[in-house]
Amino acid sequence: MTNAPDESAIKLEAGSRSRWSRILDSDIMHSFLRSKVTILSAIVTLLFLFGAAFAPWIAPHNPFDLATISILDARLPPIGMEYSDPNYLLGTDDQGRDVFSGILYGARISIAVGFLSVFFAAIVGVLLGLIAGYVGGKVDAVIMRVAEVQLTFPAILIALLVDGVARATFGNLDRERFAFWILVFSIALSFWVQFARTVRGSTLVERNKEYVQAARLIGIPPFLIMIRHVLPNVIGPVLVIATINLGLAIITEATLSFLGVGIPPTQPSLGTLVRIGNDFLFSGEWWIAMFPGFALAVLVLAVNLLGDWLRDALNPKLR
Amino acid sequence: MLAFTIRRLLQAILVMLVVALISFTLFRFVGDPVNQMVGVETTPEQREALRERLGLNDPILVQFGRFIAKAAQFDFGTSYQFRQPVAELIGRRLPATLELSFVSAVFALLVGIPMGVYTGLHRDSWLSKLFLSISLIGISLPTFFIGILLIFVFAVTLQWLPSFGRGDVVQLGWWSTGLLTWSGIKALILPAITLGLFQMTLIMRLVRSEMLEVIRTDYIKFARARGLRQRSINFRHALKNTLVPVITITGLQLGSIIAFAIITETVFQWPGMGLLFLQSVQNVDIPIMAAYLMLIAFLFVTINLIVDLLYFRVDPRLRVERAAH
Repeated sequence: MTNAPDESAIKLEAGSRSRWSRILDSDIMHSFLRSKVTILSAIVTLLFLFGAAFAPWIAPHNPFDLATISILDARLPPIGMEYSDPNYLLGTDDQGRDVFSGILYGARISIAVGFLSVFFAAIVGVLLGLIAGYVGGKVDAVIMRVAEVQLTFPAILIALLVDGVARATFGNLDRERFAFWILVFSIALSFWVQFARTVRGSTLVERNKEYVQAARLIGIPPFLIMIRHVLPNVIGPVLVIATINLGLAIITEATLSFLGVGIPPTQPSLGTLVRIGNDFLFSGEWWIAMFPGFALAVLVLAVNLLGDWLRDALNPKLR
Repeated sequence: MLAFTIRRLLQAILVMLVVALISFTLFRFVGDPVNQMVGVETTPEQREALRERLGLNDPILVQFGRFIAKAAQFDFGTSYQFRQPVAELIGRRLPATLELSFVSAVFALLVGIPMGVYTGLHRDSWLSKLFLSISLIGISLPTFFIGILLIFVFAVTLQWLPSFGRGDVVQLGWWSTGLLTWSGIKALILPAITLGLFQMTLIMRLVRSEMLEVIRTDYIKFARARGLRQRSINFRHALKNTLVPVITITGLQLGSIIAFAIITETVFQWPGMGLLFLQSVQNVDIPIMAAYLMLIAFLFVTINLIVDLLYFRVDPRLRVERAAH
């Protein structure tokens, strides 16, 4: 009893403080500031996001503007090597496009595909997980069986199959036009399972709690209970899974584009750039493939490190 | 045990039926099989005759039944692009993929386990930290880029190893092997490392965390108190108990090795099933896609089934849980 006034005082104080200072003082912020690797990977990720978002303004050249690229500038080595041109920091590819600008524009597409596919996978996965967990019974059995079957196949295989089907139904020309969305769809389709399983697990726990029973008692329809009441309580782990899957999605996109079934060369992503450069590896023009490849690796490494940290920081067992 | 086996078996069959349905749908409804098989100058009457002969006018269920019956004998019809039976094409490519997958799995185990043991025993040494950083980078680097890096260093710059193909192969009956010639072995090294690197880091991390756990247990302390040599404790007592999860994970990973071989085979132009599958996706060669899907599904389901049954045999706790379910 004696503690009661103190507690309410703390609550009052916490409520009156601004949101920003609360974030600064939170556990997560403390664990963030403690880890140098995490700070570094956050900076790298932000740089990539910034570079990708503002590529048209930052990039020294526009690799898609045919008026500005010249075949005479083709295959120039990066700065510091013989015959290099100071205009082209990381050299040029076989058509005279600036490799550095290509990376900025490529990162734009890679990151966009990554974000969108994880976003759609999360929406589908969370919804199906909620329904499976809340409704239960046959619906649950069907959804989880499908998830299990899909989980036995690697994402890359599913994405390849989806692409093959898209090719057969759209024909090659239309496929190029829709390539971006086909890719987003195929990656999202292979990533939803993990979200669904996690959300279903926590929904099963939440379903039996009193607040859900109370909501049911006053006649709120099941769908509203799921969205308004259960969802906010099961959404926590979704953020962690999303971050970890973002790196995987970017790798999957790059791999598919490298295999020649992803983004077409007219609007290259990082994977497409490596694919283009791969042809020139043997003639000594290593920079066309290597720089986009390293950019991709650094981006994925930074995102993965952030995901690892987020998982540990939000896991109360590890504190 | 019997009930569990039967239930798992039924589940496996159900999965195979679902995959067969997907394969069949692909084969039957994505694009028109007749259009793919005939030339431009074929008359509508000839097309109709072919349609009738292939049984495409029968009820869908009958067609599906026929598809399954044929698939069980591994008859997937004729490839659109090669005009050869799909079973023959895949059969010719199968040894290359299996050899590559097997060698990279062995590489992953032989390198991953000692690295895992070392990093588990010497947590804070600089070499452990190096291994762990390498494993983190290994997970973040996309497989295709690892392959390109290896080609650039060992094939283009140093010119030690070939960058594509299988080298000379020896024909042993229907099986072609590259393991018996020097050039075949040389050609195998880079692809095997590329394919096995991810599995190697996985095994290393697994062995490390298992070792960290086992070393704290009482029976290890007791072994130490008995005055046994450190080496014998580490390898005879500790490592042995970490191997059960390692074996199951390796078993489960075998399937993904074969699937990831698609990427490695493309980078190194390795004449295996994965490359065939990728070409079939690019050329919309539906029979090969359908057959590959069925084959991979069969491999995965079989491996999962075996692992599940082994688990059930090894871990008595599972039986109780199932009973309570």
